[in-house]
Amino acid sequence: MPIDVEAEVLWNRRLSPDYHVLALAAPSIAERVEPGQFVMVKTADGQDPLLRRPFSVFEILRGDAGMPTGFTILSKRVGPGTARLYAAPPGRTLACLGPLGRPFTLVDPPVEAWMVAGGVGLAPFATLAERLRERGCVVTLFYGARQAHELFAVDLFEKMGVRTVLATEDGTCGVHGRISEPLAVDLGRRASDAPLMVYACGPEPMLVAVSRLAAAHGRPSQLAMERVMGCGMGGCFSCVVRVRAGDGTKYVRSCIEGPVFAGEDIVWE
Amino acid sequence: MDLSVSIGALQLRNPLMSASGCFGYGVEYAEVVDLSTLGAVVVKGLFLTERDGHRPPRIVETPSGMLNAIGLQGIGVHRFIREVMPELRRHKAVVIVNICGTTVAEYADLARILSDVDGVAGLELNISCPNIREGGMTFGCDLANTRGVVSAVRRATTLPVIPKLTPNVTDVASFARAAEEAGADAVSLVNTFLAMAIDVERRRPVLSNVMGGLSGPAIRPIAVRMVYECARQVRIPVIGIGGIASARDALEFLIAGATAVQVGTANFVDPFIWPKLLSGLEEYLVRHGLERVRDVIGSLETGAAPDAHASTPRCT
Repeated sequence: MPIDVEAEVLWNRRLSPDYHVLALAAPSIAERVEPGQFVMVKTADGQDPLLRRPFSVFEILRGDAGMPTGFTILSKRVGPGTARLYAAPPGRTLACLGPLGRPFTLVDPPVEAWMVAGGVGLAPFATLAERLRERGCVVTLFYGARQAHELFAVDLFEKMGVRTVLATEDGTCGVHGRISEPLAVDLGRRASDAPLMVYACGPEPMLVAVSRLAAAHGRPSQLAMERVMGCGMGGCFSCVVRVRAGDGTKYVRSCIEGPVFAGEDIVWE
Repeated sequence: MDLSVSIGALQLRNPLMSASGCFGYGVEYAEVVDLSTLGAVVVKGLFLTERDGHRPPRIVETPSGMLNAIGLQGIGVHRFIREVMPELRRHKAVVIVNICGTTVAEYADLARILSDVDGVAGLELNISCPNIREGGMTFGCDLANTRGVVSAVRRATTLPVIPKLTPNVTDVASFARAAEEAGADAVSLVNTFLAMAIDVERRRPVLSNVMGGLSGPAIRPIAVRMVYECARQVRIPVIGIGGIASARDALEFLIAGATAVQVGTANFVDPFIWPKLLSGLEEYLVRHGLERVRDVIGSLETGAAPDAHASTPRCT
Protein backbone atom coordinates (compact mmCIF):
# COMPACT_ATOMS: atom_id res chain seq x y z
CA MET A 1 0.00 0.00 0.00
CA PRO A 2 1.39 3.41 -0.97
CA ILE A 3 1.73 6.13 1.62
CA ASP A 4 1.90 9.90 1.29
CA VAL A 5 4.85 11.54 3.05
CA GLU A 6 5.68 15.23 3.46
CA ALA A 7 9.34 14.68 2.69
CA GLU A 8 11.99 17.25 3.51
CA VAL A 9 14.57 18.06 0.85
CA LEU A 10 17.89 16.93 2.41
CA TRP A 11 20.08 18.16 -0.41
CA ASN A 12 19.81 19.05 -4.07
CA ARG A 13 22.92 18.38 -6.16
CA ARG A 14 23.03 19.97 -9.61
CA LEU A 15 24.78 17.81 -12.19
CA SER A 16 24.31 20.11 -15.19
CA PRO A 17 22.10 23.03 -16.23
CA ASP A 18 19.27 20.47 -16.62
CA TYR A 19 20.01 17.41 -14.49
CA HIS A 20 20.06 17.13 -10.71
CA VAL A 21 19.80 14.63 -7.89
CA LEU A 22 17.26 15.49 -5.19
CA ALA A 23 17.44 13.77 -1.79
CA LEU A 24 14.19 13.39 0.14
CA ALA A 25 13.72 12.31 3.77
CA ALA A 26 11.08 9.60 3.53
CA PRO A 27 12.25 6.53 5.46
CA SER A 28 8.88 4.79 5.31
CA ILE A 29 8.89 4.86 1.51
CA ALA A 30 12.63 4.11 1.27
CA GLU A 31 12.38 0.96 3.35
CA ARG A 32 9.67 -0.52 1.17
CA VAL A 33 10.51 0.53 -2.38
CA GLU A 34 11.64 -2.14 -4.84
CA PRO A 35 13.83 -1.51 -7.91
CA GLY A 36 11.67 -0.19 -10.77
CA GLN A 37 8.95 1.24 -8.53
CA PHE A 38 8.20 4.96 -8.55
CA VAL A 39 6.94 7.82 -6.41
CA MET A 40 4.56 10.65 -7.34
CA VAL A 41 6.06 13.98 -6.21
CA LYS A 42 4.03 17.16 -5.77
CA THR A 43 6.19 19.98 -7.09
CA ALA A 44 4.06 22.97 -6.03
CA ASP A 45 2.49 23.85 -2.70
CA GLY A 46 -0.59 25.23 -4.43
CA GLN A 47 -2.54 24.22 -7.50
CA ASP A 48 -0.17 25.18 -10.32
CA PRO A 49 1.26 22.89 -11.53
CA LEU A 50 -1.58 20.77 -10.28
CA LEU A 51 -0.54 17.16 -10.81
CA ARG A 52 2.26 15.18 -9.24
CA ARG A 53 5.20 13.96 -11.30
CA PRO A 54 6.31 10.31 -11.41
CA PHE A 55 9.94 9.52 -10.62
CA SER A 56 11.87 6.29 -10.30
CA VAL A 57 13.68 6.00 -7.01
CA PHE A 58 17.37 6.49 -7.84
CA GLU A 59 19.28 5.65 -4.64
CA ILE A 60 18.24 4.56 -1.16
CA LEU A 61 19.82 6.78 1.51
CA ARG A 62 20.92 4.99 4.69
CA GLY A 63 21.81 6.15 8.18
CA ASP A 64 24.68 4.97 10.39
CA ALA A 65 23.02 1.67 11.29
CA GLY A 66 22.18 0.98 7.65
CA MET A 67 18.52 1.85 8.11
CA PRO A 68 16.88 3.64 5.18
CA THR A 69 16.44 7.36 5.86
CA GLY A 70 15.24 8.49 2.47
CA PHE A 71 15.80 8.26 -1.24
CA THR A 72 17.01 10.32 -4.17
CA ILE A 73 15.49 11.02 -7.55
CA LEU A 74 17.42 11.78 -10.74
CA SER A 75 15.49 14.48 -12.53
CA LYS A 76 15.83 16.46 -15.74
CA ARG A 77 14.37 19.94 -15.99
CA VAL A 78 11.85 19.87 -18.83
CA GLY A 79 8.82 21.88 -17.68
CA PRO A 80 7.45 24.01 -14.85
CA GLY A 81 7.15 21.09 -12.40
CA THR A 82 10.67 19.77 -12.89
CA ALA A 83 11.98 23.38 -12.87
CA ARG A 84 10.58 23.73 -9.34
CA LEU A 85 12.32 20.55 -8.30
CA TYR A 86 15.58 21.77 -9.85
CA ALA A 87 15.32 24.91 -7.69
CA ALA A 88 14.03 23.19 -4.52
CA PRO A 89 16.18 24.28 -1.55
CA PRO A 90 17.11 21.98 1.36
CA GLY A 91 14.49 22.21 4.10
CA ARG A 92 11.55 22.55 1.72
CA THR A 93 9.01 19.73 1.96
CA LEU A 94 7.48 17.92 -1.01
CA ALA A 95 4.58 15.49 -0.82
CA CYS A 96 5.73 12.06 -2.04
CA LEU A 97 3.25 9.26 -2.73
CA GLY A 98 4.68 5.77 -3.02
CA PRO A 99 5.98 3.23 -3.54
CA LEU A 100 3.90 2.64 -6.67
CA GLY A 101 3.90 0.23 -9.60
CA ARG A 102 5.27 -3.20 -10.32
CA PRO A 103 9.02 -3.57 -9.81
CA PHE A 104 11.60 -5.36 -11.94
CA THR A 105 11.72 -9.12 -11.56
CA LEU A 106 15.17 -9.93 -10.18
CA VAL A 107 17.35 -12.68 -11.61
CA ASP A 108 19.80 -14.99 -9.83
CA PRO A 109 23.20 -16.32 -10.90
CA PRO A 110 24.18 -17.72 -13.30
CA VAL A 111 21.85 -15.32 -15.17
CA GLU A 112 23.72 -12.14 -16.03
CA ALA A 113 21.97 -8.77 -15.92
CA TRP A 114 22.50 -6.24 -18.71
CA MET A 115 20.98 -2.89 -17.87
CA VAL A 116 20.49 -0.45 -20.77
CA ALA A 117 19.98 3.18 -19.82
CA GLY A 118 19.40 6.27 -21.95
CA GLY A 119 19.72 9.71 -20.34
CA VAL A 120 17.52 10.13 -17.27
CA GLY A 121 16.51 6.48 -17.79
CA LEU A 122 19.52 5.65 -15.63
CA ALA A 123 17.35 6.30 -12.57
CA PRO A 124 15.96 2.82 -11.74
CA PHE A 125 19.26 1.02 -12.24
CA ALA A 126 21.22 2.06 -9.15
CA THR A 127 18.88 0.18 -6.81
CA LEU A 128 18.52 -2.67 -9.30
CA ALA A 129 22.30 -3.07 -9.58
CA GLU A 130 22.65 -2.99 -5.79
CA ARG A 131 20.11 -5.78 -5.34
CA LEU A 132 21.49 -7.89 -8.18
CA ARG A 133 25.07 -7.56 -6.94
CA GLU A 134 23.91 -8.66 -3.46
CA ARG A 135 22.55 -11.81 -5.11
CA GLY A 136 25.89 -12.40 -6.78
CA CYS A 137 24.85 -11.56 -10.33
CA VAL A 138 27.30 -10.30 -12.91
CA VAL A 139 25.89 -6.91 -13.90
CA THR A 140 26.70 -4.71 -16.92
CA LEU A 141 25.44 -1.16 -17.48
CA PHE A 142 25.08 0.07 -21.06
CA TYR A 143 24.63 3.80 -20.64
CA GLY A 144 24.11 6.34 -23.38
CA ALA A 145 23.68 10.12 -23.42
CA ARG A 146 23.97 12.98 -25.86
CA GLN A 147 27.40 14.08 -24.62
CA ALA A 148 30.08 13.17 -22.07
CA HIS A 149 28.98 15.61 -19.36
CA GLU A 150 25.49 14.09 -19.38
CA LEU A 151 26.80 10.70 -18.28
CA PHE A 152 26.28 10.77 -14.51
CA ALA A 153 27.08 8.52 -11.55
CA VAL A 154 29.15 6.06 -13.57
CA ASP A 155 31.50 5.72 -10.57
CA LEU A 156 28.54 4.76 -8.37
CA PHE A 157 28.00 1.71 -10.57
CA GLU A 158 31.70 0.91 -10.90
CA LYS A 159 32.05 0.90 -7.09
CA MET A 160 29.33 -1.76 -6.96
CA GLY A 161 31.37 -3.91 -9.34
CA VAL A 162 29.20 -3.20 -12.35
CA ARG A 163 30.92 -3.36 -15.75
CA THR A 164 30.08 -0.20 -17.70
CA VAL A 165 29.78 0.36 -21.45
CA LEU A 166 29.27 4.00 -22.39
CA ALA A 167 28.13 5.74 -25.55
CA THR A 168 27.60 9.37 -26.51
CA GLU A 169 25.86 10.72 -29.57
CA ASP A 170 28.62 13.29 -30.13
CA GLY A 171 31.43 10.84 -29.46
CA THR A 172 32.85 12.76 -26.49
CA CYS A 173 32.91 9.62 -24.32
CA GLY A 174 32.78 5.91 -25.07
CA VAL A 175 31.26 4.60 -28.29
CA HIS A 176 30.31 7.30 -30.82
CA GLY A 177 26.60 6.74 -31.40
CA ARG A 178 23.60 5.28 -29.65
CA ILE A 179 23.89 2.80 -26.80
CA SER A 180 22.01 0.17 -28.80
CA GLU A 181 25.09 -0.15 -31.06
CA PRO A 182 27.52 -1.60 -28.46
CA LEU A 183 24.60 -3.59 -27.03
CA ALA A 184 24.05 -5.20 -30.45
CA VAL A 185 27.75 -6.07 -30.71
CA ASP A 186 27.86 -7.66 -27.23
CA LEU A 187 24.61 -9.56 -27.76
CA GLY A 188 26.09 -11.02 -30.93
CA ARG A 189 29.25 -12.11 -29.13
CA ARG A 190 27.60 -13.77 -26.16
CA ALA A 191 27.36 -17.55 -26.18
CA SER A 192 23.75 -18.56 -26.68
CA ASP A 193 23.85 -21.00 -23.74
CA ALA A 194 24.97 -18.26 -21.29
CA PRO A 195 21.72 -16.98 -19.70
CA LEU A 196 20.97 -13.28 -19.73
CA MET A 197 18.25 -10.79 -18.72
CA VAL A 198 18.11 -7.41 -20.45
CA TYR A 199 16.69 -4.50 -18.43
CA ALA A 200 16.08 -1.14 -20.13
CA CYS A 201 14.84 2.35 -19.34
CA GLY A 202 15.12 5.44 -21.50
CA PRO A 203 13.60 7.24 -24.50
CA GLU A 204 11.03 5.22 -26.41
CA PRO A 205 13.12 4.83 -29.60
CA MET A 206 15.86 3.29 -27.44
CA LEU A 207 13.38 0.92 -25.78
CA VAL A 208 12.08 -0.17 -29.19
CA ALA A 209 15.62 -0.85 -30.39
CA VAL A 210 16.63 -2.69 -27.20
CA SER A 211 13.54 -4.90 -27.07
CA ARG A 212 13.93 -5.82 -30.76
CA LEU A 213 17.64 -6.60 -30.32
CA ALA A 214 16.94 -8.72 -27.25
CA ALA A 215 14.18 -10.61 -29.05
CA ALA A 216 16.35 -11.11 -32.15
CA HIS A 217 18.97 -12.77 -29.95
CA GLY A 218 16.39 -14.84 -28.06
CA ARG A 219 16.88 -12.89 -24.84
CA PRO A 220 14.10 -11.85 -22.45
CA SER A 221 13.84 -8.17 -21.60
CA GLN A 222 12.15 -6.02 -18.97
CA LEU A 223 11.42 -2.42 -19.92
CA ALA A 224 10.54 0.41 -17.53
CA MET A 225 8.14 2.57 -19.54
CA GLU A 226 7.69 6.31 -19.16
CA ARG A 227 4.28 7.82 -19.86
CA VAL A 228 2.49 11.07 -19.09
CA MET A 229 0.84 10.07 -15.85
CA GLY A 230 -2.00 11.73 -13.95
CA CYS A 231 -2.43 9.88 -10.69
CA GLY A 232 -0.13 6.85 -10.39
CA MET A 233 -2.94 4.84 -8.80
CA GLY A 234 -4.98 3.55 -11.75
CA GLY A 235 -7.63 6.24 -11.43
CA CYS A 236 -7.25 8.29 -14.60
CA PHE A 237 -6.34 5.86 -17.42
CA SER A 238 -3.93 8.36 -18.96
CA CYS A 239 -0.64 6.42 -18.84
CA VAL A 240 -1.64 3.47 -21.00
CA VAL A 241 0.70 1.16 -22.88
CA ARG A 242 -0.48 -1.16 -25.65
CA VAL A 243 0.24 -4.82 -24.88
CA ARG A 244 -0.54 -8.17 -26.43
CA ALA A 245 -3.63 -9.86 -25.00
CA GLY A 246 -4.85 -13.19 -26.31
CA ASP A 247 -5.25 -12.89 -30.07
CA GLY A 248 -5.30 -9.10 -30.03
CA THR A 249 -3.91 -6.14 -28.15
CA LYS A 250 -5.18 -3.78 -25.48
CA TYR A 251 -4.24 -0.69 -23.52
CA VAL A 252 -3.20 -1.24 -19.91
CA ARG A 253 -2.37 1.31 -17.26
CA SER A 254 1.41 1.57 -16.85
CA CYS A 255 1.04 2.89 -13.29
CA ILE A 256 -0.48 -0.32 -11.93
CA GLU A 257 0.32 -2.97 -14.54
CA GLY A 258 3.77 -1.42 -15.14
CA PRO A 259 5.88 0.61 -15.31
CA VAL A 260 7.95 -2.53 -15.91
CA PHE A 261 6.75 -4.69 -18.81
CA ALA A 262 8.20 -7.72 -20.53
CA GLY A 263 9.63 -6.45 -23.81
CA GLU A 264 7.84 -9.17 -25.80
CA ASP A 265 4.43 -8.04 -24.43
CA ILE A 266 4.62 -4.44 -25.66
CA VAL A 267 3.05 -3.39 -28.95
CA TRP A 268 4.89 -0.30 -30.22
CA GLU A 269 2.59 2.35 -31.72
CA MET B 1 -23.48 15.49 13.66
CA ASP B 2 -25.58 14.54 10.65
CA LEU B 3 -23.85 14.58 7.27
CA SER B 4 -26.51 12.50 5.52
CA VAL B 5 -28.26 13.67 2.36
CA SER B 6 -30.87 12.16 0.04
CA ILE B 7 -30.73 11.84 -3.73
CA GLY B 8 -34.28 10.79 -4.54
CA ALA B 9 -34.87 7.54 -2.68
CA LEU B 10 -31.14 7.07 -2.16
CA GLN B 11 -29.88 7.90 1.33
CA LEU B 12 -26.20 8.80 1.47
CA ARG B 13 -24.17 8.90 4.68
CA ASN B 14 -22.49 12.08 3.49
CA PRO B 15 -22.51 14.31 0.41
CA LEU B 16 -19.09 13.27 -0.93
CA MET B 17 -18.85 11.17 -4.09
CA SER B 18 -15.99 10.26 -6.38
CA ALA B 19 -16.43 11.74 -9.84
CA SER B 20 -16.70 9.30 -12.72
CA GLY B 21 -13.48 8.84 -14.64
CA CYS B 22 -11.37 10.08 -11.76
CA PHE B 23 -11.54 7.09 -9.42
CA GLY B 24 -11.11 4.11 -11.75
CA TYR B 25 -13.63 1.45 -10.78
CA GLY B 26 -13.19 2.32 -7.11
CA VAL B 27 -11.29 -0.86 -6.30
CA GLU B 28 -8.00 0.74 -7.36
CA TYR B 29 -8.32 2.98 -4.29
CA ALA B 30 -9.54 0.40 -1.77
CA GLU B 31 -6.07 0.15 -0.20
CA VAL B 32 -5.86 3.85 0.59
CA VAL B 33 -9.52 4.85 1.06
CA ASP B 34 -12.22 3.11 3.10
CA LEU B 35 -14.76 3.06 0.28
CA SER B 36 -17.65 2.70 2.74
CA THR B 37 -16.87 6.18 4.12
CA LEU B 38 -17.76 7.88 0.83
CA GLY B 39 -21.33 8.99 0.23
CA ALA B 40 -21.08 7.09 -3.03
CA VAL B 41 -18.47 5.72 -5.40
CA VAL B 42 -19.25 6.79 -8.95
CA VAL B 43 -17.33 4.47 -11.24
CA LYS B 44 -15.75 5.11 -14.61
CA GLY B 45 -18.20 5.29 -17.51
CA LEU B 46 -19.24 1.91 -18.90
CA PHE B 47 -20.53 0.92 -22.30
CA LEU B 48 -22.15 -2.42 -23.08
CA THR B 49 -18.85 -3.64 -24.50
CA GLU B 50 -15.16 -3.12 -23.85
CA ARG B 51 -13.54 -0.02 -25.35
CA ASP B 52 -9.96 0.83 -26.13
CA GLY B 53 -9.97 4.60 -25.77
CA HIS B 54 -7.70 7.09 -27.51
CA ARG B 55 -3.99 6.86 -28.17
CA PRO B 56 -1.73 8.59 -25.65
CA PRO B 57 -0.98 11.34 -24.86
CA ARG B 58 -4.37 11.49 -23.16
CA ILE B 59 -3.80 14.26 -20.63
CA VAL B 60 -1.96 17.55 -20.41
CA GLU B 61 -1.66 20.01 -17.56
CA THR B 62 -2.96 23.55 -17.91
CA PRO B 63 -2.96 26.40 -15.36
CA SER B 64 -4.55 24.96 -12.18
CA GLY B 65 -6.16 22.25 -14.25
CA MET B 66 -5.78 19.56 -16.83
CA LEU B 67 -7.20 18.43 -20.14
CA ASN B 68 -8.11 14.82 -20.72
CA ALA B 69 -9.17 12.85 -23.74
CA ILE B 70 -9.17 9.27 -22.50
CA GLY B 71 -11.89 8.18 -24.91
CA LEU B 72 -13.83 6.14 -22.37
CA GLN B 73 -11.51 3.14 -22.28
CA GLY B 74 -13.40 0.57 -20.27
CA ILE B 75 -14.05 -3.06 -19.48
CA GLY B 76 -17.74 -3.01 -20.44
CA VAL B 77 -20.69 -3.61 -18.19
CA HIS B 78 -20.52 -7.42 -18.13
CA ARG B 79 -16.92 -7.68 -16.98
CA PHE B 80 -17.65 -4.89 -14.47
CA ILE B 81 -20.51 -6.86 -12.95
CA ARG B 82 -18.48 -10.08 -12.90
CA GLU B 83 -15.05 -8.81 -11.85
CA VAL B 84 -15.52 -5.52 -10.00
CA MET B 85 -18.91 -5.51 -8.29
CA PRO B 86 -18.10 -8.40 -5.89
CA GLU B 87 -15.14 -6.44 -4.58
CA LEU B 88 -17.14 -3.19 -4.28
CA ARG B 89 -19.83 -5.09 -2.34
CA ARG B 90 -17.14 -6.52 -0.04
CA HIS B 91 -15.96 -2.98 0.69
CA LYS B 92 -19.58 -1.95 1.37
CA ALA B 93 -19.37 0.86 -1.15
CA VAL B 94 -22.52 2.66 -2.28
CA VAL B 95 -22.05 2.26 -6.02
CA ILE B 96 -23.38 4.60 -8.68
CA VAL B 97 -22.61 3.32 -12.16
CA ASN B 98 -21.93 5.85 -14.90
CA ILE B 99 -23.34 4.53 -18.18
CA CYS B 100 -22.64 5.58 -21.78
CA GLY B 101 -24.21 4.57 -25.03
CA THR B 102 -24.11 5.48 -28.69
CA THR B 103 -27.89 5.06 -28.98
CA VAL B 104 -30.85 5.56 -26.65
CA ALA B 105 -31.44 1.80 -26.76
CA GLU B 106 -27.94 1.14 -25.42
CA TYR B 107 -28.54 3.40 -22.42
CA ALA B 108 -31.81 1.58 -21.72
CA ASP B 109 -30.14 -1.83 -22.08
CA LEU B 110 -27.41 -0.83 -19.64
CA ALA B 111 -30.04 0.42 -17.18
CA ARG B 112 -31.97 -2.86 -17.39
CA ILE B 113 -28.82 -4.96 -16.97
CA LEU B 114 -27.61 -2.98 -13.95
CA SER B 115 -31.04 -2.87 -12.28
CA ASP B 116 -30.69 -6.53 -11.36
CA VAL B 117 -27.22 -6.22 -9.87
CA ASP B 118 -26.89 -6.39 -6.12
CA GLY B 119 -25.10 -3.34 -4.74
CA VAL B 120 -25.79 -0.92 -7.61
CA ALA B 121 -27.46 2.05 -5.90
CA GLY B 122 -27.96 4.40 -8.84
CA LEU B 123 -27.18 5.26 -12.43
CA GLU B 124 -25.44 8.34 -13.70
CA LEU B 125 -26.04 8.93 -17.41
CA ASN B 126 -23.01 10.17 -19.27
CA ILE B 127 -24.61 12.47 -21.82
CA SER B 128 -21.75 14.91 -21.58
CA CYS B 129 -18.44 13.29 -22.51
CA PRO B 130 -16.72 15.74 -24.89
CA ASN B 131 -14.23 13.18 -26.17
CA ILE B 132 -16.18 10.61 -28.17
CA ARG B 133 -17.69 10.92 -31.63
CA GLU B 134 -20.96 9.13 -31.00
CA GLY B 135 -23.04 9.33 -27.86
CA GLY B 136 -21.78 11.36 -24.95
CA MET B 137 -22.16 15.07 -25.51
CA THR B 138 -24.27 14.64 -28.67
CA PHE B 139 -27.12 13.67 -26.34
CA GLY B 140 -26.37 16.30 -23.74
CA CYS B 141 -26.19 19.25 -26.16
CA ASP B 142 -29.71 18.82 -27.50
CA LEU B 143 -32.82 19.27 -25.32
CA ALA B 144 -34.92 16.71 -27.21
CA ASN B 145 -32.14 14.11 -27.11
CA THR B 146 -31.66 14.74 -23.39
CA ARG B 147 -35.38 14.18 -22.78
CA GLY B 148 -35.32 11.09 -24.99
CA VAL B 149 -32.45 9.32 -23.29
CA VAL B 150 -33.57 10.21 -19.75
CA SER B 151 -37.13 9.04 -20.30
CA ALA B 152 -35.96 5.81 -21.94
CA VAL B 153 -33.73 5.02 -18.97
CA ARG B 154 -36.51 6.09 -16.60
CA ARG B 155 -38.81 3.47 -18.15
CA ALA B 156 -36.08 0.81 -17.94
CA THR B 157 -35.23 1.05 -14.25
CA THR B 158 -36.44 1.94 -10.79
CA LEU B 159 -32.90 2.88 -9.73
CA PRO B 160 -32.20 6.59 -9.15
CA VAL B 161 -31.38 8.14 -12.55
CA ILE B 162 -28.86 10.98 -12.59
CA PRO B 163 -28.02 12.57 -15.96
CA LYS B 164 -24.58 14.18 -15.90
CA LEU B 165 -24.80 17.48 -17.73
CA THR B 166 -22.28 19.16 -19.96
CA PRO B 167 -21.31 22.80 -19.45
CA ASN B 168 -20.71 23.13 -23.21
CA VAL B 169 -24.16 24.64 -23.82
CA THR B 170 -25.54 28.16 -23.67
CA ASP B 171 -28.08 27.53 -20.91
CA VAL B 172 -27.30 24.51 -18.76
CA ALA B 173 -30.36 25.10 -16.55
CA SER B 174 -32.67 24.38 -19.50
CA PHE B 175 -31.04 20.93 -19.72
CA ALA B 176 -31.55 20.40 -15.99
CA ARG B 177 -35.24 21.25 -16.46
CA ALA B 178 -35.49 18.89 -19.45
CA ALA B 179 -33.94 16.09 -17.38
CA GLU B 180 -36.34 16.75 -14.51
CA GLU B 181 -39.37 16.73 -16.84
CA ALA B 182 -38.19 13.42 -18.33
CA GLY B 183 -38.13 11.78 -14.92
CA ALA B 184 -34.58 12.19 -13.63
CA ASP B 185 -34.13 11.82 -9.86
CA ALA B 186 -31.24 14.29 -9.82
CA VAL B 187 -28.77 15.94 -12.16
CA SER B 188 -25.01 16.11 -11.75
CA LEU B 189 -22.90 18.89 -13.22
CA VAL B 190 -20.53 19.86 -14.63
CA ASN B 191 -18.65 17.48 -16.86
CA THR B 192 -15.48 18.94 -18.40
CA PHE B 193 -15.24 22.00 -20.63
CA LEU B 194 -14.23 21.22 -24.21
CA ALA B 195 -10.77 22.68 -24.58
CA MET B 196 -7.48 22.45 -26.43
CA ALA B 197 -3.75 22.81 -25.86
CA ILE B 198 -1.12 23.27 -28.56
CA ASP B 199 2.57 22.42 -28.59
CA VAL B 200 3.83 25.62 -30.24
CA GLU B 201 7.28 24.23 -31.08
CA ARG B 202 5.82 21.36 -33.08
CA ARG B 203 2.63 23.27 -34.03
CA ARG B 204 0.61 20.21 -33.09
CA PRO B 205 -2.17 19.56 -30.58
CA VAL B 206 -0.78 18.09 -27.35
CA LEU B 207 -3.55 15.50 -27.09
CA SER B 208 -3.82 12.75 -29.68
CA ASN B 209 -7.56 13.47 -29.84
CA VAL B 210 -6.80 17.16 -30.64
CA MET B 211 -9.39 18.40 -28.11
CA GLY B 212 -10.07 17.33 -24.55
CA GLY B 213 -12.04 18.21 -21.45
CA LEU B 214 -10.77 20.80 -18.96
CA SER B 215 -11.13 19.94 -15.28
CA GLY B 216 -9.57 20.99 -11.99
CA PRO B 217 -9.65 24.12 -9.83
CA ALA B 218 -9.49 26.31 -12.96
CA ILE B 219 -13.14 25.55 -13.78
CA ARG B 220 -14.58 25.78 -10.27
CA PRO B 221 -16.06 29.30 -10.38
CA ILE B 222 -17.90 28.54 -13.62
CA ALA B 223 -19.16 25.24 -12.21
CA VAL B 224 -20.40 26.95 -9.04
CA ARG B 225 -22.31 29.46 -11.16
CA MET B 226 -23.89 26.70 -13.24
CA VAL B 227 -24.88 24.68 -10.18
CA TYR B 228 -26.41 27.83 -8.68
CA GLU B 229 -28.43 28.45 -11.85
CA CYS B 230 -29.68 24.87 -12.04
CA ALA B 231 -30.51 24.52 -8.35
CA ARG B 232 -32.81 27.54 -8.60
CA GLN B 233 -34.69 26.11 -11.56
CA VAL B 234 -35.31 22.45 -10.65
CA ARG B 235 -36.83 20.71 -7.63
CA ILE B 236 -34.72 17.56 -7.94
CA PRO B 237 -31.34 17.45 -6.21
CA VAL B 238 -28.31 18.88 -8.00
CA ILE B 239 -24.94 17.20 -7.54
CA GLY B 240 -22.13 19.72 -7.87
CA ILE B 241 -18.91 18.88 -9.70
CA GLY B 242 -15.99 20.98 -10.83
CA GLY B 243 -12.55 21.52 -9.35
CA ILE B 244 -13.34 20.71 -5.73
CA ALA B 245 -10.05 20.30 -3.85
CA SER B 246 -11.00 21.16 -0.26
CA ALA B 247 -13.94 21.18 2.14
CA ARG B 248 -14.21 24.91 1.52
CA ASP B 249 -14.65 24.24 -2.20
CA ALA B 250 -17.29 21.58 -1.51
CA LEU B 251 -19.16 24.01 0.75
CA GLU B 252 -19.26 26.56 -2.04
CA PHE B 253 -21.28 24.11 -4.13
CA LEU B 254 -23.52 23.08 -1.21
CA ILE B 255 -24.27 26.70 -0.35
CA ALA B 256 -24.99 27.39 -4.02
CA GLY B 257 -27.66 24.69 -3.85
CA ALA B 258 -25.97 21.33 -4.48
CA THR B 259 -27.26 18.46 -2.35
CA ALA B 260 -24.04 16.49 -2.85
CA VAL B 261 -20.72 16.96 -4.59
CA GLN B 262 -18.29 14.91 -6.62
CA VAL B 263 -14.53 15.15 -6.35
CA GLY B 264 -12.48 14.25 -9.41
CA THR B 265 -9.18 15.76 -10.38
CA ALA B 266 -8.20 16.49 -6.76
CA ASN B 267 -8.21 12.75 -6.09
CA PHE B 268 -5.42 12.38 -8.68
CA VAL B 269 -3.29 14.80 -6.70
CA ASP B 270 -4.19 13.44 -3.26
CA PRO B 271 -5.90 10.05 -2.97
CA PHE B 272 -5.94 10.59 0.80
CA ILE B 273 -8.19 13.64 0.40
CA TRP B 274 -11.47 11.97 1.46
CA PRO B 275 -11.11 11.95 5.28
CA LYS B 276 -9.71 15.50 5.06
CA LEU B 277 -12.84 16.65 3.18
CA LEU B 278 -15.13 14.94 5.68
CA SER B 279 -13.44 16.40 8.73
CA GLY B 280 -13.43 19.80 7.03
CA LEU B 281 -17.20 19.62 6.55
CA GLU B 282 -17.69 18.60 10.18
CA GLU B 283 -15.43 21.37 11.40
CA TYR B 284 -17.46 23.89 9.39
CA LEU B 285 -20.75 22.67 10.87
CA VAL B 286 -19.33 22.92 14.39
CA ARG B 287 -17.97 26.41 13.75
CA HIS B 288 -21.33 27.56 12.42
CA GLY B 289 -23.38 25.85 15.13
CA LEU B 290 -25.20 23.61 12.65
CA GLU B 291 -26.39 20.06 13.36
CA ARG B 292 -26.98 18.90 9.81
CA VAL B 293 -25.16 19.38 6.54
CA ARG B 294 -28.61 19.71 4.99
CA ASP B 295 -28.88 23.09 6.72
CA VAL B 296 -26.06 24.33 4.50
CA ILE B 297 -27.62 23.28 1.18
CA GLY B 298 -28.88 26.27 -0.77
CA SER B 299 -28.19 28.60 2.15
CA LEU B 300 -26.71 31.31 -0.04
CA GLU B 301 -27.62 34.86 1.05
CA THR B 302 -27.81 37.23 -1.90
CA GLY B 303 -29.28 40.25 -0.12
CA ALA B 304 -26.96 42.96 1.12
CA ALA B 305 -25.16 41.89 4.27
CA PRO B 306 -26.28 43.80 7.39
CA ASP B 307 -23.00 45.64 7.73
CA ALA B 308 -22.47 46.14 4.02
CA HIS B 309 -24.33 49.46 3.86
CA ALA B 310 -21.70 51.25 5.86
CA SER B 311 -19.14 50.92 3.10
CA THR B 312 -21.51 51.17 0.14
CA PRO B 313 -21.18 54.49 -1.63
CA ARG B 314 -24.53 56.29 -1.71
CA CYS B 315 -25.85 58.92 -4.04
CA THR B 316 -26.95 62.03 -2.21
